Amino acid sequence: MEEKFDAAIVGGGPAGISAACILAKRGAKVIVIERGEYPGAKNMFGGVLYGRALGRIIPDYAQKNCPIERNIVESRVSYLSEEGSISFSYRDQAFFEKLQNNAFTVGRAKFDRWFADQAKGFGALLVCSTVVTDLMKDGAGRVIGVKTDRAEGEVRAKVVLLADGVNSPLAAKTGFRPEARPGQIALAVKELIGLPEEVIDERFGVSGANGVTNEILGSVTGGMNGVAFVYTNRRSVSIGIGANLADLARQRVRPYEMLERLKLHPAIEPLIKDGKPLEYLAHWVPEGGYDSVPKLFGDGFLIAGDSAMLFNALHREGSNLAMTSGRLAAETILEALGKGDLSSATLKGYSERMKESFVLKDLKTYRRFSSLLETHGELFSTLPKGASEALRQILTVDETPKKARRQTAWEALRGRVGLFRLLRLVFDAWRAV
Amino acid sequence: MHFAVCIKQVPDTAEVKIDPETNTLVRAGVESMANPYDITALEAALGLKEKYGARVTALSMGPPQADSVLRQALSMGADDAVLLCDRAFAGADTLATSYTLSKAIETLGTVEPVDLVLCGKQAIDGDTAQTGPGIAARLGLTQFTYVLDVEWLDPGKRRLQARRKVEGGMEVISGPLPALLSVELEMATPRRASLPMLIASLRAEIKVWDAKAIGARADLVGIKGSPTWVKAIASPQLHRAGPKWDAAESVSAAVSAALGELFSDRDFEAGFAKGWKAEG
Ligand SMILES: Cc1cc2nc3c(=O)[nH]c(=O)nc-3n(C[C@H](O)[C@H](O)[C@H](O)COP(=O)(O)OP(=O)(O)OC[C@H]3O[C@@H](n4cnc5c(N)ncnc54)[C@H](O)[C@@H]3O)c2cc1C
Ligand SMILES: Cc1cc2nc3c(=O)[nH]c(=O)nc-3n(C[C@H](O)[C@H](O)[C@H](O)COP(=O)(O)OP(=O)(O)OC[C@H]3O[C@@H](n4cnc5c(N)ncnc54)[C@H](O)[C@@H]3O)c2cc1C
Repeated sequence: MEEKFDAAIVGGGPAGISAACILAKRGAKVIVIERGEYPGAKNMFGGVLYGRALGRIIPDYAQKNCPIERNIVESRVSYLSEEGSISFSYRDQAFFEKLQNNAFTVGRAKFDRWFADQAKGFGALLVCSTVVTDLMKDGAGRVIGVKTDRAEGEVRAKVVLLADGVNSPLAAKTGFRPEARPGQIALAVKELIGLPEEVIDERFGVSGANGVTNEILGSVTGGMNGVAFVYTNRRSVSIGIGANLADLARQRVRPYEMLERLKLHPAIEPLIKDGKPLEYLAHWVPEGGYDSVPKLFGDGFLIAGDSAMLFNALHREGSNLAMTSGRLAAETILEALGKGDLSSATLKGYSERMKESFVLKDLKTYRRFSSLLETHGELFSTLPKGASEALRQILTVDETPKKARRQTAWEALRGRVGLFRLLRLVFDAWRAV
Repeated sequence: MHFAVCIKQVPDTAEVKIDPETNTLVRAGVESMANPYDITALEAALGLKEKYGARVTALSMGPPQADSVLRQALSMGADDAVLLCDRAFAGADTLATSYTLSKAIETLGTVEPVDLVLCGKQAIDGDTAQTGPGIAARLGLTQFTYVLDVEWLDPGKRRLQARRKVEGGMEVISGPLPALLSVELEMATPRRASLPMLIASLRAEIKVWDAKAIGARADLVGIKGSPTWVKAIASPQLHRAGPKWDAAESVSAAVSAALGELFSDRDFEAGFAKGWKAEG
C-alpha cells in the first residue's frame, strides 16, 4: 500500500487505544490494527479499571458513557484454607464520593469497543479482523511498517507501537522482545456468572452503582503460586483463578478444575449461588515483574502494555500500566515526529518517561515479590491450613482456658509451617513489599 | 449493467430470542452482522461484474448502525452503497420491506437502470424468504429463487440462465432481464477484503436516503404499512417420508426397482438423455 502513516499501532487493547487517542488528538495520522472482529471481542481480564489512568486520556470519560459496571467502594482480601476463610476488608465513604471511580469494573467487550470509538472520534483509523504477521524493516534494520494477513496488506509508518499483549506470536517471530518463560506467566481462567442486580447488591452489601472486589489467596490454587478473585459487575459476578504456568505444567492441573474447586468453597459458593454461567475465558498474565521487562524501544518501534510485561502482580494492576505506557509512548512519538527523528536516539525518551512514572517505579519496588511467591510455597499450601486451624482454636468457645487455647493455636500454626519458615516469610515479605 | 444487492443487518447469534409478550425479536445487547446469504449474493454479484462488467450498488434498510454492513460491501468491492434510514421505516414486515426496497431500486434506476437485483434466499432472523419475491412482484422482474449458479448472462440478448434448488434436485431455467435472484449459500464463497479496500471502506461516506428521497408513501412503509401480526411462533415437525426400497434381501433388485420408478417420470428420462443441459 502506498499510503504512509505517522504511527501504526499493533493491538486495540488498553495500551494501543490509549496511544491512538493521544496521537490522534494531536493530529498525527494513526492506524490501529486489531485482530479481533472488534476491539475487545476476545479480550478478557478480571474487570477493574482505574479512573486516574483513564482520565489522563479521556478526562470526561464518565460523561461520555464509558460502560462502567460498578464503582468499587470496598476491597476484600481473603485467605482461604480447605474449609476456612480469613478475610480483611476495607470500605471507605471517600470511595462513594470524592474518590468515586478510583477503581471500577468493566467488561472488555464493551469497554474496549467504547474506548476505540473515542480514538476513532479523535480521527484514528481502526482496522479490525486483521492480524499483523510481521514487521517491515529497511536495509539498516529500522522498523518501517507492518505486514498483515490481508491481500496488499503492508502498512508503512514512521513508527510502530507494539501493543499486542502478552501472548505475542509476533514477538516469537520477529524477536522484538524475548519470549516470556513459563515461570514469568500465569494462566488465568474466568467465568462470568449472571445474577439479578438486587441479589448482587444484597450478597455484597452494596447498592446499584457500587461494588466490591475480593482478592483470594491460599489453598485454592492447590499449593501453586496463584491467586483468585471475585468482582461485582452490574448484573453479573466475575470469578477467576490463575496460577503460574510452570507450576500448572508441573502439577498437571487444568485451570478449570481449580475454578470449579473455588466455586465450591464454603466462603465463595454463597456469593455465586443460583447464578447463570454466561461466559468462560482464559488468558495469560505477565507476572515476571521488573526483571522481565524488555528493552522498551528500538529504531522505529516502541513496546507498551502487557507486550512489555508491565504488570503489578501484588496489586493486580495491568490495565493502568498499559494505559500509562501507551500514553507515554504516544508523547514520545509526538516529540520524535516533531523532531523528524524516529531513531532510538529520540525514542529512548520513552524509557526515561517510564522510569520517572509510577509504572517502572512500582515494578521496581515490588521487584522481589514474584520470587517471594516462588520461594514461599507454604503461602499456598501449609500456611492457610495452619492459620485456619489456629483461628478455629481461638474462636471455639468451650471450657478450655484461653491460655491453653492460645497455646494450641500457636502450635497448630507452627506445626504446619515451622518457626524458621514463618520468620523467613515475614522477613522476605517485608523486603519484597 | 447495473446490479443492486439487498443486504440486511441481522443479530449475530444462532439463537435469536423472541419476546414472549410481544412476539417480536429481542435485539438489545446482541451483536450484529450482515445476513450471510446477502454477503453470498454480493459475492455472486461481484463475480458477475468481473465476468460481464457492471456497477454494483449495495442497499440496506435499517438503523444508522446498519452502515457497517454497507461498509463491508464496499470493502469487498461494491461500487456504491445506500442506507435506507428513516424512523418511519421501523417495524416493517415483508410487505413494507419489499415496498421500501423496491422504491429505492426505482430511485437508483432513475440514474442508471437496474438490470439485476440480488437478494439472499432468506434473512437468518426473519426467515420468511418473502422479501426478494416481493420486490420482484412489485417491480415486475423475472424471478429466480433459490439460485445455486448463474450459468450465463447475455447482456446483448438481455437474458440469463440459472441453476436453482428445488425439492429433491435442481432445475435450470432461463429468462429475460431485468431479473431478481434470491441466492443459496452454495452460490459463492465470499472474498476477504484487501487492506486498501478495507481502509477505503472505513473512510467512505455512506449515502443515506429517507422516505422522501425514494418517494415512498408514508402509509406503506414501516409499522403503518405492515398488516402482518405475528400470532404465535412454532417450529413445525418435519414429516417427509420419501420412497424407500428394502435392500435387505437383494441389493440389485432394490436398485433396479428404484431406477425403474425414476425413469417412469418422463421429464427425468428426457433430462437424463440430454445430460441435464437445458436449451438457451
Ligand atoms: C484474568 C485476568 C485478570 C486481570 N485483572 C485485571 C484487573 O482487574 N485490573 C487490571 O488493571 N488489569 C487486570 N489484568 C491485566 C490486564 O488485562 C492487562 O494488563 C491489560 O489488558 C493489558 O493491555 P494491553 O493493551 O497491553 O494488552 P491486551 O489487553 O492483551 O490487548 C492486546 C490487543 O492486541 C491484539 N493483538 C494481539 N496480537 C495481534 C496481532 N498480531 N495483530 C493484531 N492485533 C493483535 C489483541 O487482540 C488485543 O486486542 C488481568 C488480566 C487477566 C488475564
Ligand atoms: C419472530 C418475528 C416476529 C416479527 N414480528 C413482526 C411484527 O409483529 N410486525 C412487523 O412489522 N414485522 C415483524 N417482523 C419482521 C419482519 O417480518 C421481517 O424481519 C422483515 O420484513 C424482513 O423479512 P425477513 O427478515 O423474513 O427477510 P427475508 O424475506 O427472509 O429476506 C430475504 C432477503 O431480502 C433482503 N432483505 C430483507 N430485509 C432487508 C432489509 N431490511 N434491507 C435490505 N435487504 C433486506 C435480503 O437480501 C434478504 O436476504 C418479525 C420477524 C420475526 C422473525
